[in-house]
Amino acid sequence: MSRNATAARVKRLLNRAGLYFSVLVLVSPAVLFFLWMLSLAFKNEADNTAYPPVFIPNPPTFDNFIDVFAKNDFLTYTINSVIVSFSATGLALLLGVPAGYGIAKAKATKAAVLILIARVTPGLSYLIPLFLLFQWLGLIGTLAPLVITHLVITVPIVVWIMIGFFEGLPGELEEAALVDGATIWQAFRYVAMPLARPGITVAMILAFIFSWNNFIFGVVLAGRSTRTLPVAVYNVLTFEQISWGPLAAAALVVTAPVLLLTLLMQKEIVAGLTAGGVKGG
Amino acid sequence: MFAVPAAIVVAAVIVFPWIFTLFMSVHDWKVSGATPYVGLANYAKMLVDERFQWAIVRTLVFTAASVVAPVILGVWAAVCFASNFRLRGLARTIFVLPMMATPVAIALVWTMMFHPQLGVLNYLLGLMGLPPSLWVYDSATVIPALVMVETWQWTPLVMLIVLGGIASLPQDPYEAAVLDGASAWQMFRHITLPLAWPFIIVAAVIRMIDALKAFDTIYVITLGGPGTSSETLNILLYQTAFAYYDLGYGSAMVVVFFVLILLISMILLHVRQRQV
Repeated sequence: MSRNATAARVKRLLNRAGLYFSVLVLVSPAVLFFLWMLSLAFKNEADNTAYPPVFIPNPPTFDNFIDVFAKNDFLTYTINSVIVSFSATGLALLLGVPAGYGIAKAKATKAAVLILIARVTPGLSYLIPLFLLFQWLGLIGTLAPLVITHLVITVPIVVWIMIGFFEGLPGELEEAALVDGATIWQAFRYVAMPLARPGITVAMILAFIFSWNNFIFGVVLAGRSTRTLPVAVYNVLTFEQISWGPLAAAALVVTAPVLLLTLLMQKEIVAGLTAGGVKGG
Repeated sequence: MFAVPAAIVVAAVIVFPWIFTLFMSVHDWKVSGATPYVGLANYAKMLVDERFQWAIVRTLVFTAASVVAPVILGVWAAVCFASNFRLRGLARTIFVLPMMATPVAIALVWTMMFHPQLGVLNYLLGLMGLPPSLWVYDSATVIPALVMVETWQWTPLVMLIVLGGIASLPQDPYEAAVLDGASAWQMFRHITLPLAWPFIIVAAVIRMIDALKAFDTIYVITLGGPGTSSETLNILLYQTAFAYYDLGYGSAMVVVFFVLILLISMILLHVRQRQV
């Protein structure tokens, strides 16, 4: 083998090693963080406050989870979170899928800019006027304010993703349907929408996740019985500064559905996030 | 026609608050009692309110650091994930998890890791032979520590946007460069970086807007403390409106905050257009 070929091979191997090393460095903060979270949640209190830290729960215990559910009304909060996130996502799909279609077909860039501004505005800035409005309407203490404010997160996500998706669809099929005498609504409902189903899935997953994760609207608008899970978990912190096991267990309970959804639907989620740079709140 | 229902909702939930916020910002509006018109008094107050001014400075420092670090790491990650290797899908999914996880949940775990006596971070520093840090419990280190959390959480979004850009690049320049015997660094420096630059700018703008608005992690980890040493504009805004119930002054802050965000985004987008 010539010296040049050997040098090229060594160079390729070095590049390869560099790549794996880079990936290891980049991924390890996430891996270590979530492993440590699991470790905290499944260790007993003595191990959690031991120094130097104990890494592997031995034996693993479910006491922290039992403790969290016994001391807090987590079942109610879970139901609240499910109602709020499902309603906000469902309503956003009903409103946002046709809107995305309309904006894409009419090339209405002004409407798209409005959606972009909604993405830019801090969530907190909606809250002062809406807080007063809900007070006047007597809605504080119900779940309605939460569902309505979560639309601020979910509608822009859905519209934004659907615009991109409908723009990418060929128009010929709908035109053919229109020529055959279908109404615009029928062309949308029976031609465009079935084609856009993958886009709708992406929009639904992302809208749901960012609604589920939302904290700021709940912390201002939720009463004692209408807390969503993130707010409830924050309250565990306020009352139990020292007991780390239950705290980590509570954190894990809130975020586990989202992490599982991400692992299961990673292709769709990556596609949606790459397209829009969406994020709620 | 298809957009009408959505437009109504957007108007109700988004446009109404803007108009009403403007209206409230020129009134002395507490949560109860009369709400007299005070003109620009709320805005004038900001000019002499040192707490507000420090919050702006802190927000800008936090934002600058929370853009630079994630963009550098995110571009590095995008270049890595653009090449093929075993377990790439799994590695990418794990890499994306921090931005998908519930912010409150991860903030709680970070809080425990930052604990000066029992936290795992000081233990790790000790293993590396470094002195322990007070992390978020000291006014000198609280902002860097929060930037670290923000970087950990949002580098994935930069990576995804830049990766999408790199995937759309033409292949011929790379093939030509390989034939010419270019190194990986040369290819990155002279092909990937210039061609992916528009995507990097987009990612930076998005990152900047999100960093300006950062709330959940700062609120949970420090609530603006110790003292007010990590009180950013968004935290001060929350305290003013929902802890002190000074809704008029809070609204004026919202207006200034929003103008600030629009200005900075426009400057960055303008820079981008000049370069393209």
